[in-house]
Amino acid sequence: MSALGHLSTPVTPEPVAARKGGRRRTAYLLLLPGGLWLILFFVVPLVSLVAASLYDPNGSIEAGFRMTWSFHNYVDAIADYAVPLGRSLWYSLLTTAFCLLLGFPLAYAIAFKAGRWKNLLLALVIAPFFTSFLIRTLSWKLLLGDNGFVVDALRTVHILGSDGRLLATTAAVVTGLTYNFLPFMVLPLYASLEKIDHRLIEAGSDLYASAFTTFRTVTFPLAMPGVVAGTLLTFIPAAGDYINAQLLGTPKQRMIGNDIQRLFAAGAYPTAAALSVTLMAAITVLVLFYVRRAGTEELV
Amino acid sequence: MTSVTSTTSATATAAPTTGDLVLSGVSKQFGAYHAVRDLDLTVPEGAFFALLGPSGCGKTTTLRMVAGLEEPTTGTVSLGEQDITRLRPYKRPVNTVFQNYALFPHLDIFENVAFGLRRRGVKDVKKQVGEMLDLVELGAFGKRKPNQLSGGQQQRVALARALINRPQVLLLDEPLGALDLKLRRQMQIELKRIQTEVGITFVHVTHDQEEAMTMADTIAVMNAGVIEQRGTPTELYDLPATTFVANFLGQSNLVRAAIVGKADGQLVVDVHGSKVTVPVPRCRVTEGEIWMGIRPEKVFLAPAGAEQNGGNALRGATVTDVSYVGVSTQYLARMPWGQELTVFEQNTGARDTLTVGDPVDLHWQPAHTFVLDAAQDALAGVEDIADDA
Repeated sequence: MSALGHLSTPVTPEPVAARKGGRRRTAYLLLLPGGLWLILFFVVPLVSLVAASLYDPNGSIEAGFRMTWSFHNYVDAIADYAVPLGRSLWYSLLTTAFCLLLGFPLAYAIAFKAGRWKNLLLALVIAPFFTSFLIRTLSWKLLLGDNGFVVDALRTVHILGSDGRLLATTAAVVTGLTYNFLPFMVLPLYASLEKIDHRLIEAGSDLYASAFTTFRTVTFPLAMPGVVAGTLLTFIPAAGDYINAQLLGTPKQRMIGNDIQRLFAAGAYPTAAALSVTLMAAITVLVLFYVRRAGTEELV
Repeated sequence: MTSVTSTTSATATAAPTTGDLVLSGVSKQFGAYHAVRDLDLTVPEGAFFALLGPSGCGKTTTLRMVAGLEEPTTGTVSLGEQDITRLRPYKRPVNTVFQNYALFPHLDIFENVAFGLRRRGVKDVKKQVGEMLDLVELGAFGKRKPNQLSGGQQQRVALARALINRPQVLLLDEPLGALDLKLRRQMQIELKRIQTEVGITFVHVTHDQEEAMTMADTIAVMNAGVIEQRGTPTELYDLPATTFVANFLGQSNLVRAAIVGKADGQLVVDVHGSKVTVPVPRCRVTEGEIWMGIRPEKVFLAPAGAEQNGGNALRGATVTDVSYVGVSTQYLARMPWGQELTVFEQNTGARDTLTVGDPVDLHWQPAHTFVLDAAQDALAGVEDIADDA
């Protein structure tokens, strides 16, 4: 800014203060676009959502909703929907665990063993994003369907009984979720693993640690930032997902997202909003607890 | 005039005692590239041994094969009686101080040093780590993370982390490369002191000839995957076996000459028309075309025509460059056949400094001359020094 002009002149306290003020103003100006974006697309919808959760539950789209500060909406919503809420958190926990189990070896292989195939493999990890989420989940419906070859094959080898099914089971929903969110686990894990200095692993083996011990005491702790990021990126969206439960499950596998979607569609805005806020709060509490426990702030 | 007999042939011939590290016939190929070729090397127990060479000469690969981080394509590595060629790195009584230290960033200094002890299930970790940190003067830093330490402190942590395991052999891979000059000098002395104190065999890989000469009691000079010469710093400097060693360790004047005769245990050498003599044991070849070598500080400059007191002389030179560097002056003298030779002279004040254009003669003792095979490249090892500067 104007600071350049002052460079050659003797510095007196006043210009310094003025310059500092100018710098601070610049910093705020630079923050402005981001701040506006956040207000417009995060704060406003959030306030509107919280407000909707406190509307009179007897209102309707036709009659309109009145703000009655009915906190009782929350009590009702939680009482009525505790089961799908718990199920959602349980399913997304399972999904996160499976994604970690599948994703870690994959990310590890890409980061350390892939050599010149590295970029191709990364591209393949991202490749599913070129098709819509919905279409991909629909293909799983076909794949796991009662007349699909997977079920046929499993029945032939008697892993499934003659009337056994894959579709419309908990397994199908969790499989679908795991499939859909796997890339969100693999990419941050890869980024973390890829950064690890190979000499640290050599140092581990030089210092009497077998391959497994080196993994446990060096590689995995150093990959923790990726593990935390990956589990968050998987757990959070999986908890709010309703597509997988809807296409691959039955009402018995209903997740909280299905209920929220149904309630919104039916015009029961206050209950739907209260459930959304409850889900959000539950996830926030869990994540804060988790991040505190994982202690990643020390790793960076 | 130290042992002129066997500076090159001393390799791997001594019978291995209890803890000697012996590499025999070791080669390492990466695809079509030969990093190390048919290497024979014995490092006596308790030695401070330096592997010296330019980057890419195979010294680090050699070190990694001793550590177990690379497997030799052919040949064996043994420690005392035990063949460790295919032994996993974590099963070897060998520890490494890595280049750039490779400290574990997620562990504090205490846990970094304790790492090896914990893996081996050693008790009283706390006491041992405390003592080791005191040895490297970092007792108060146990709770810090590696990135909170300076380069010199990290270097000492890396040393402590390796030494605490009391390995039979400690490998040091350019351990001082990342430090500034002053700190490097200090650490050289420190390392030497620690080695004397603990009595462990140190194998130190470096490209810095001065570092190797100050610290090691034996140096092996490596180039292009083979050991060019092995010996004490004095042996290597005094009587280099190859043009590479002559140029890589310090500087040398190499002049094309021919052996023309022999008298009283001296070979008579014809240098562009002048006759000089060289004791036979200082000659790598004894007939035909040769490189006659002489270190710049062994040469005396005298005004043209001055008396010669029994030594060798080359006459008719002209001073073409004078660089005054305080303790000494470096001269370039153009010889009648056009070659410029380097002369270092201490500034003792015995004579006025010469100036450019002065006609001079070069004098030196026959016993300071060495004779090398003319088939070798006279410039081998020269550029490597330029790289370091």
